[in-house]
Amino acid sequence: MEASGKRSYRIAVASGKGGTGKTTVALNLAAMFGEPVQLADCDVEEPNINLFLRCDQLVPPEVAMLVPQVDPRHCNGCGACGELCQFRGIVAIGSRALVFPELCHGCGGCALVCPSGAITERPHRIGTVSTGQSGIIRLVEGRLEVGVSLVPPVIRAVREQLLDDLPAILDAPPGTSCPVVATLRECDYLLLVTDPTPFGLHDLKLAVALARELNLACGVVVNRAGEDLVGLHGYCRSENIPILLSLPDDRQIAEVLSRGELVARVFPEYGLMFAELAAKLKQQLAAAGGTP
Amino acid sequence: MTTIAFTTAGHDLTAALDPRFGRAANFLIYDAVQKSIRIIENQQGRSAAQGAGIQAAETLVRAGVDTLVTGHCGPKAFKVLDVAGVKVFNCSAATVDQALNELLADRLTAAERSDVEGHW
Repeated sequence: MEASGKRSYRIAVASGKGGTGKTTVALNLAAMFGEPVQLADCDVEEPNINLFLRCDQLVPPEVAMLVPQVDPRHCNGCGACGELCQFRGIVAIGSRALVFPELCHGCGGCALVCPSGAITERPHRIGTVSTGQSGIIRLVEGRLEVGVSLVPPVIRAVREQLLDDLPAILDAPPGTSCPVVATLRECDYLLLVTDPTPFGLHDLKLAVALARELNLACGVVVNRAGEDLVGLHGYCRSENIPILLSLPDDRQIAEVLSRGELVARVFPEYGLMFAELAAKLKQQLAAAGGTP
Repeated sequence: MTTIAFTTAGHDLTAALDPRFGRAANFLIYDAVQKSIRIIENQQGRSAAQGAGIQAAETLVRAGVDTLVTGHCGPKAFKVLDVAGVKVFNCSAATVDQALNELLADRLTAAERSDVEGHW
């Protein structure tokens, strides 16, 4: 598909429930994409795509967030900074202001409200974003610093490293909270991976509600598909969501994964399935209006 | 050592000492001069998504507390209390009055640093 706008399209792979096979689908889809594609590892708390691609990664640029620092010579102890901060990142005690960088969300509000100019901002390292190349796949990997709990700024930094002239597949973290929303921003399509279990269907519904909220077109991949005892197909029909691929519950897939290989490259029949998935996604994107 | 805070889920001296600081239900404040008690609820600290210990420490500093007796105190809360000059005593007594007796009998030692990691 030709990109009609200034930026090529972006497809997010998410799930709600963890362990449904997001990374497996994202990786094999990228490998069978048929054209150069970017693959973004947005699961920055535990990035694992490069375990399979094994790219030599470039020197990772640092992701930093601005946190306050207080000059005690100028602090008059008014407490305005501590009153403003909802996260206890800065606390006014007596005539001093204490900073807790690990709780700070980097909004910069404390520096704005400080009447005596005692607060300036300094960069605080929260993660890295590195890039590498493996065949047609350009990998962009975000990695959260150990001990840091603030995920969305690292995911935003991953998105900033994506090139506009190549399509991109973004592997989201599990769940439907802030890190997933940070991944889905500016995406054109959402591929939801689920399994035919009550838990899988429950969390799929949450993920679909998120897609509706963000006005994102979506399609489903059913992993470990077997007998549909939970009414997954009926739900997708009623919500008018296409099932674009059903991957069977096949032990060989797990064996290939555990060796760090791609099932689409090891077994031609799976290669074909993922190539068809890529083709269907490109049709879906064209139907949804292509690039925004 | 005139205004002493104890962590507890109860409302009087016979209540159990809560080993947690930031997420304790109440602070029982003992006035050593008046020999009186009052209760401060730790509503904000308990419901805080993060920084419960910091919030609780701020509450105590505002209440004019100079001594805290609790089970354990994490690093961020300790830092706030230390800057404010509040002495922290770690204590494993079962009830508030037992902890008070140990404190008054000089059997507790003021902590020089936090005794646990955050989120213990």
